[in-house]
Amino acid sequence: MVDAFFSSGGGRDLSLKDKFLEFNWGFLLLLFAISSLGFAMLYSVADGSFDPWASRQMVRFGIGLVILFVAAFVDIRLWMNLAYPAYAGALLLLVAVEFIGFRGMGAQRWINLGIIQLQPSELMKITLILALARYFHGLTHEEVSRIRNLFVPAVLLGAPVALVLKQPDLGTAVLLGAVGVALLFLAGLAWRYFIIAGVGALAALPIAWNMLHDYQKRRVFTFLDPESDPLGAGYHILQSKIALGSGGLFGKGFMEGTQAHLNFLPEKHTDFIFTMLAEELGLAGGIALLGLYMMVLFFGISVSLQTRNQFGRLIAMGVTINFFLYICINVAMVMGLLPVVGVPLPLVSYGGTAMLTLMFGFGLLMSVYIHRNMEITRNPSAFW
Amino acid sequence: MLMDGKDNVRYKTFSRRAALIGGLQFAAFTALASRMYYLQIIKSGEYTMLAEENRINKRLLAPLRGEIVDRFGDVLVSNRQNFRVMLVPEQTPHIEATLDKLSRIVPLPDRQRARIIKDARTSPSFLPILVAENLDWETFAEVNIHEPDLPGIVPDVGDTRHYPYGPDLAHVVGYVAAVSEKDLEGKDDPLLKLPGFRIGKSGIERELDQELRGRAGASHVEVNAYGRVIRELAKDPGVPGAQVSLTLDMEVQKLATERLRGESASVVVMDIYNGDVIAIVSAPGFDPNDFNVGISQKKWDALLNDPYNPLLNKSIAGQYPPGSTFKPVVALAAYESGMIDPNQKVFCSGKYSLGSHDFHCWKKHGHGAMDMHDAIMHSCDVYFYEVAKRIGIDRIEAMARRFGLGDTLGFEVPGEKKGFVPSQGWKRATRGEPWHQGETLIAGIGQGFLLTTPLQLAVMTARLANGGKAVTPRIVRQVGGKLDQHGPYPELGFSQPGLALVRKAMDSVSNVPGGTAYRSRIAEEGMELAGKTGTAQVRRISRAERETGVLKNEDLEWRQRDHALFIAFAPVDAPRYAISVVVEHGSSGSGTAAPIARDVMKKVLERHPQREIAMRRSNEWREG
Repeated sequence: MVDAFFSSGGGRDLSLKDKFLEFNWGFLLLLFAISSLGFAMLYSVADGSFDPWASRQMVRFGIGLVILFVAAFVDIRLWMNLAYPAYAGALLLLVAVEFIGFRGMGAQRWINLGIIQLQPSELMKITLILALARYFHGLTHEEVSRIRNLFVPAVLLGAPVALVLKQPDLGTAVLLGAVGVALLFLAGLAWRYFIIAGVGALAALPIAWNMLHDYQKRRVFTFLDPESDPLGAGYHILQSKIALGSGGLFGKGFMEGTQAHLNFLPEKHTDFIFTMLAEELGLAGGIALLGLYMMVLFFGISVSLQTRNQFGRLIAMGVTINFFLYICINVAMVMGLLPVVGVPLPLVSYGGTAMLTLMFGFGLLMSVYIHRNMEITRNPSAFW
Repeated sequence: MLMDGKDNVRYKTFSRRAALIGGLQFAAFTALASRMYYLQIIKSGEYTMLAEENRINKRLLAPLRGEIVDRFGDVLVSNRQNFRVMLVPEQTPHIEATLDKLSRIVPLPDRQRARIIKDARTSPSFLPILVAENLDWETFAEVNIHEPDLPGIVPDVGDTRHYPYGPDLAHVVGYVAAVSEKDLEGKDDPLLKLPGFRIGKSGIERELDQELRGRAGASHVEVNAYGRVIRELAKDPGVPGAQVSLTLDMEVQKLATERLRGESASVVVMDIYNGDVIAIVSAPGFDPNDFNVGISQKKWDALLNDPYNPLLNKSIAGQYPPGSTFKPVVALAAYESGMIDPNQKVFCSGKYSLGSHDFHCWKKHGHGAMDMHDAIMHSCDVYFYEVAKRIGIDRIEAMARRFGLGDTLGFEVPGEKKGFVPSQGWKRATRGEPWHQGETLIAGIGQGFLLTTPLQLAVMTARLANGGKAVTPRIVRQVGGKLDQHGPYPELGFSQPGLALVRKAMDSVSNVPGGTAYRSRIAEEGMELAGKTGTAQVRRISRAERETGVLKNEDLEWRQRDHALFIAFAPVDAPRYAISVVVEHGSSGSGTAAPIARDVMKKVLERHPQREIAMRRSNEWREG
């Protein structure tokens, strides 16, 4: 059966040795460079100590590497087979979190699995990409834009977004929604749908506004006029801008950031770590990090363009866009261009779940890269 | 190539759209980089400043307040170590328990305790809170010994103003006290907002507050977001306040204070040539140390309700009718008018009739025939009724003003009162009534509307004695080592023979048997003083009283008794010092005031050589 599937796709089984040879080690080096910048900043946050953040982050990066390798070496077709079950599992966890989850930071987001605390919404970011890629892989260009074929992706996307919104976690919901819409776009959905959706969204804006929680509304107001309340809600944004601005071209020097070390800067080991980096290493350091990020993005897009199967292309772009959105929202937020939403800086901010999810995503990307020349039939449903 | 045509279409669409998304991502990164450039390069200066403002806190250091010394350098006001106990809340696991332990050493009343606990709750836990201050050395030492058992308790030594002479100098040096809301109005010295800072509220402390205060130092410290000090970056120690040297001779001041004990009175002694005030006492005083630490309501009420009015600086703000001490002024006015021949005699029968009204002499049965000299020597009222009537109130007023009466004298101790010299014009303008001749008569013996301060009386005497120079009093000799120069004083243009006559008459008052102050003369050769007694009536004596016999002052209640006054200069042959003594309700100038003046003046003269030597030394030192 398996043989039949592979032959119908015209693919060729890769040996472990082939996979090793195909693995892009330069990309791994890139991830290592970015994460190392993160370790350095976490070391600085702790006033020159690996404890408590840098060392743990390194361990997580190590675990993440294992996950990355495993994900990369798994045959892409197996991922395709696992796409729906994985999505279903993640969705179940999202529902479960409503009942057995516990609250952290004012929202119901976490499930305690004994050894680790799991954030199902993080898991959903990857499985949503898998599921949508799986679905659109099976549709021809003409089929994609048929209205009856829109029902499945709408549910695939709508269900997790609705559940995450209910937690409430606006940041993740926006991320999920954006990645999903981007995948619809890449799959070839006709422009008219996007135009209609855009007009519809504008019309729905006032209703959506009314559904926001008070603290979410406050964040938006604060964002629009941070100086109106410099000691209250606007404090974080203002202090972040001061830290950035005072960094100048080359920064105040490693471990010399006054705003960060004297605690004027909030959440500097998590959401505001970019500010700290730009304060201590200046514009040069900030641009260097953005440059590294851009290389990752470039790699992801180029992988998607080289790949000969739609599933892989969509995965590669999905992972890349997800990564991009993280960076963009976080950096724009700390520079006062977006309201404060809890989105970490990928690979750099302290945080376990995000690190593992990202490495998992990069593992998928690498799997796509390794299997880029494999062609997979559009309709493998024969095996199911 | 197995890629079928359909996948080819998908791929083309995908590629196009992926490229578009890639382009959007690049654009977004460019926007982020531009924003960074804007914040970190273009706005860098502004944000760097804000970051420094965040980080650096300027903490003011109060400068040491300048000392006040007398002319010999004896310390009149100094700074004393203030032994304090502070509490740092975060260093103690249990505030109540710590305070319980501490209260075995330092008594902590419930109210104070409640204040400490409230402060601990409301201020950041690393900021020290004042628990108790002005502890004595033994208590403070005990706190230090037990410090290991008192977590969070920090013994600390600050500075506080100290007035070693207490009430003896209260009216001159004044006192310092905590800054009030009113003091802050229109002032921007940040020192004023320093907790525990004291400013001069009266006396020299107030007049020279700026000079004594000095310039604040500052400590630039790095603080974190919660205000905790991380380290000190720079320290500017500031400039301590200037030392102020007064013209006072504390030995004389002490004696004068001693002589006034139990009275409500004033003594002013000054140099008749340079205006130096040697002693200026207002009795009773109050303890300025009480105001520094915060006076209790009970003490304050006691001061306010005391009939002897300890809060009033009587030397400059007490206003009294000069009584007969005014007669030298009237005599000189008469002499200069040319309308009176000083040798011409006026007969005193004990009373003087003007229209239907009788004016009495203090000597019931009269002095007989009196010329100007004798009238001053015996203080004959009838003579001065007659003279005043002839020369008129306006001549008396003009002469009084030349002597410095009726206006302030620019003295450095704040709070001077003007006193009062009446005139015809004044009465018409303010009361709408014409001047009565009877009022001129009363003014002739220093009663009626006339009011003078003891300082004015001393200046008046000095101007008599120095040959008519317009000397003004001064008490600040040096500020920060810089001499405060006064004079030379302009001539007042008095008739010198007239002055000589008056001075001779005052000599007789004290040194010729029969003179009103003969009993209070200085017998030592070369130290003789020349004076004039005064007894100022504070109540009107009714006709009925006169007929039934005037009550003796001693039989009246204190408030009704006459004020006792005495003015003098000495030595009589080469005058150098002038003195005025006023004893409220002291009954008799000759009986009460003159002996005080004699004792004080004797001390002044005895210490004259020391002052001269000290003066010469300090001049030599200054010149090189």
